[in-house]
Amino acid sequence: MTTVTPKNLFEKIWDDHVVVQEKNCPTVLYIDLHLIHEVTSPQAFDGLRNRGLKVLRPNCTVATMDHSIPTTDRTLPIADPIAAKQLDQLRINCGEFGIPLFDIGNENLGIVHVIGPELGLTQPGVTLVCGDSHTSTHGAFGALAFGIGTTEVEHVLATQCLLQDKPKTYEVHFDGFVPRGVVAKDLILALIAKIGIGGGTGHVLEYTGEAIRSLSMEGRMTICNMSIEGGARAGMIGPDDTTFEYLATRAHVPQGKGWDQAVTRWQNLQSDEGAAYDQTLSLDVSQLEPMITYGTNPGMGIPISQPVPKPESAQGPVASGAIRKALEYMDLEGGKPLLGQPIDVVFIGSCTNSRMSDLRQAAAILKDRKVNPGVRVLVVPGSEKIKKQAEIENLPDIFRAAGAEWREAGCSMCIAMNGDQLSPGEYCVSTSNRNFEGRQGKGGRTFLASPLTAAASAVNGMVTDVRTMLD
Amino acid sequence: MEPITTFTGRVVPLPIRDIDTDQIIPARFLKTIDKKGLGANLFNDWRYDETGSPRADFVLNHRKSENATILLAGDNFGCGSSREHAPWALMGFGFRAVISTSFADIFRNNCLKNGLLPIIIDEVGHAELLDASAQNEDLATEVNLLEQTVQLPSGRKAKFPIDEFSKKCLLAGVDQLGYLQQQSTSISEYETTHPRLVSTL
Ligand code: SF4
Repeated sequence: MTTVTPKNLFEKIWDDHVVVQEKNCPTVLYIDLHLIHEVTSPQAFDGLRNRGLKVLRPNCTVATMDHSIPTTDRTLPIADPIAAKQLDQLRINCGEFGIPLFDIGNENLGIVHVIGPELGLTQPGVTLVCGDSHTSTHGAFGALAFGIGTTEVEHVLATQCLLQDKPKTYEVHFDGFVPRGVVAKDLILALIAKIGIGGGTGHVLEYTGEAIRSLSMEGRMTICNMSIEGGARAGMIGPDDTTFEYLATRAHVPQGKGWDQAVTRWQNLQSDEGAAYDQTLSLDVSQLEPMITYGTNPGMGIPISQPVPKPESAQGPVASGAIRKALEYMDLEGGKPLLGQPIDVVFIGSCTNSRMSDLRQAAAILKDRKVNPGVRVLVVPGSEKIKKQAEIENLPDIFRAAGAEWREAGCSMCIAMNGDQLSPGEYCVSTSNRNFEGRQGKGGRTFLASPLTAAASAVNGMVTDVRTMLD
Repeated sequence: MEPITTFTGRVVPLPIRDIDTDQIIPARFLKTIDKKGLGANLFNDWRYDETGSPRADFVLNHRKSENATILLAGDNFGCGSSREHAPWALMGFGFRAVISTSFADIFRNNCLKNGLLPIIIDEVGHAELLDASAQNEDLATEVNLLEQTVQLPSGRKAKFPIDEFSKKCLLAGVDQLGYLQQQSTSISEYETTHPRLVSTL
């Protein structure tokens, strides 16, 4: 009898997509699905034109508008002429090359990493790329999904393939039961605080363990989404019944007999028993607290009850100098708690936390409560579909009654390209994924946290432990 | 793409770890549909104050940055977003190489595809270059892609890694799409033996 080497999830998908592997050359990897948006695609289409090339498989490609679109009334013309031109260029490019586009007004429009899963385009076992680092989100479905640059966008448009060196694999095992007040966002912030923002460089992370199995697809997407903040190329979770149940009703999944065959195929995508990884790590979630960042990268996170670290007593992956520089920018003092820190803005949105479960969590806290009058709260759904569903559930009424703004779908203040931004010096509790200097507006200061923590902080006007508000 | 073989360039030290692409080129400059012109906003928010005047304390505004072609940065350079605007902005300013002890994956890929050389050297060599550049405004060094070395002030040559394929492309100044296009027969074969998994239409 021949023995078969056990494979992990990544290896199964990788091996299935190798088109050519020549000596001393990168792998030619087939890409099943290519998502594009207005910001990272124009120069790629220009490249095609300059070379007289076509898009090889327009039907493996889909475009949306998300980064620079306003989240205010979109029946009005776009005020920023440069953004308007970029959006027009996407229309022209999609028209010319035959790519389906979810334009403003389309019911499928939304943040690129929200709509792929929502439409059932993101499926287990596929390779999926996008000119956007948070493409790692889609790995929650057991897909191999990663962000690429614009030159690579051009490569995929022209050949439906990418040149890739095989990454290493890294198993992150989350054990234990997730405590009350702790959600997926806290798990991933805790991981990044532990391994640092370069900890996953060169690797694809696979999340395993009972804590991961207990999460909804939306929670799993939040985790995979921020894999890139740990430096990893991608994050993945083996598909299971939770995955199939989420996908069963989606528009683009196989129907009838095709569905049954697909599920059978998908069930084989779990990592084999005994499969090896280049690295492994175990984390017990049962002692976790809500997490929050104090600094200027996503690795600078602490349990919410803990003080901000002092630069001189730095431990773990963040160096003293980095803490000192971050605290200066944030105008915070090491050794002091973040709890009670006054805030100016709360942002609930982004491809990390703008889905129904996130909005429901925020609404549960804001229901029958008022946002502190000194705080501006923006709630931005991740897609038109989410917006509609939230309206069916009357969530906007809860947000508005509490004093929060309910806005149109898009990236919004996650990246502050569309006019939604912090003013210099403002503090914001944000459910997004990056707290880099100026990320949410020049001079703005970001605390990354879960939707629960964000909503609780909105009510008190200061950084708040949501566990004090749970009945 | 301009070929890279050997060149000597002035060194700009920026010894900060984890410099993310939002610092290299802030998002508000990504609304362009062009690759050109981004050099003017390289490190914009570190480089200019609120009124748009150059900050005297930022290295890009120093004499040592004039006509410089080599950036010497801290560990994990280029983390964060996948924006290729980051290498475009660095090249727009005039840089041809970035030296660090490590790079974020996507950034490194983007550099290699644009002819901006990402050079990973050992910590000792890195520290030596930083020291030397602190003492000598005009520090210049030689980068040799053929031999994969950077000349250190002590006389030692620091080796740096690069994959064979990228090296060949950079030396010849050819981009990588050509190689992919040569695979069209294999790509068609792959498509006939592997049923389409998703369709967006
Ligand atoms: S929500 Fe933020 S992180 Fe996500 S795609 Fe948009 S800009 Fe990028």
